[in-house]
Amino acid sequence: MELNDFVKKIAAEFDETPVEKFSASVKFKDLEEWGSLTALSIISMIDEEFDKKITGEDLRSCGTIEELYNLVLAK
Amino acid sequence: MKAYIKKIEYYLPESVLTNAQIVEKFPEWTIEKIENKIGIRTRHVVKEDETASDLACQAVEKLFTGSSFAKESVDCLIFCSQSPDYILPSTACILQKRLGLLDSIAAYDVNLGCSGWIYGISIAKGLVCSGISKNVLLVTAETYSKYLHPQDKGNRTIFGDGAAATLISDNGIAEIGNFVFGTDGAGAENLIVKCGGARNRYPLNDLSFDDFGNPKSSDYLYMDGASILNYTLDRIPTLVYDVLQKNDIGIEDIDLHIYHQANRYIANLQRRKLKIDVEKYYHCYEECGNTVSSTIPIAIFEALKDGSIQKGYKVLSVAQGLGYSWGGCVLTF
Repeated sequence: MELNDFVKKIAAEFDETPVEKFSASVKFKDLEEWGSLTALSIISMIDEEFDKKITGEDLRSCGTIEELYNLVLAK
Repeated sequence: MKAYIKKIEYYLPESVLTNAQIVEKFPEWTIEKIENKIGIRTRHVVKEDETASDLACQAVEKLFTGSSFAKESVDCLIFCSQSPDYILPSTACILQKRLGLLDSIAAYDVNLGCSGWIYGISIAKGLVCSGISKNVLLVTAETYSKYLHPQDKGNRTIFGDGAAATLISDNGIAEIGNFVFGTDGAGAENLIVKCGGARNRYPLNDLSFDDFGNPKSSDYLYMDGASILNYTLDRIPTLVYDVLQKNDIGIEDIDLHIYHQANRYIANLQRRKLKIDVEKYYHCYEECGNTVSSTIPIAIFEALKDGSIQKGYKVLSVAQGLGYSWGGCVLTF
């Protein structure tokens, strides 16, 4: 999956934040809608799309969507 | 000898917590968001002076009301709960008296969470098949609402109180097939109430808040949602295939999947991961939430009532719970 598609996938896990607000450099945890439910949605999206496990600690260690993408690829 | 589920009944406490009430207290969430993501509309919660054993009594009374089956036939009572009335004695002993069961019966507690019903019917099957007991009354009852911090919106949204009574005998409506179990105590701290037992007898007053502003305290129920999610994603597919193998059947032979009803979110994930058709995956959390060890018997009761289970159906039931503890079996109706 390319970075652009990954950004779209992350955007889809946010119900209320408009898609235009998302880019690779966005700090997704700073978005107002960020919460435990969104975190779980992202963990399961990555499980489904990449068949890889990321932890709560992994999410804590990432700032931007691109950092998360690189972390997933490195798994 | 074979063992069967003979009858199931359940009881939910009268007080109801709606999504509107949750949103009133936690305005950062919307009714739609809770419904869409979690799939739960209402959950029932006990009053301050109501306990799991009170719910258990109601469920058992419903089981025997209008039934030709006499209470005197019960020769074993298993009470599965993590909300006992007291540290000691066993709540099952108190229930024997309250329910008017014979004093010649065996009665004891089993302490397990969401996997409790699967383990309970496995114990009952063992007792029936070995000739130790003829009619085992398994009561699952839980009141997690009593363990929740007032600011814990996540768990308050998911969990509901309730009780189910299941009668297991040498005849009945569903033959209990072969079981698969699993345990991994490494996950113990990911869903835990740390205080109140012998390790931490008294409150530790160590309240803090996690990254999402959710309360984390040894004195209340704590769940690490991300770890529990990963545990579910890890274990359930293997568990399902192991249970199928143990029963010598394939997934295509299963007419209905009735798993532990955690919430819509987990249900959809499991269903997609296992590639199960929507119509073969039963769900029943909308009006009662996650009632812990009673979710499967409640779902089976409702599936029988609405015709989702037909005679001859093979039903696969699996549950993953705190501990970690998991298990599953096949029921043939």
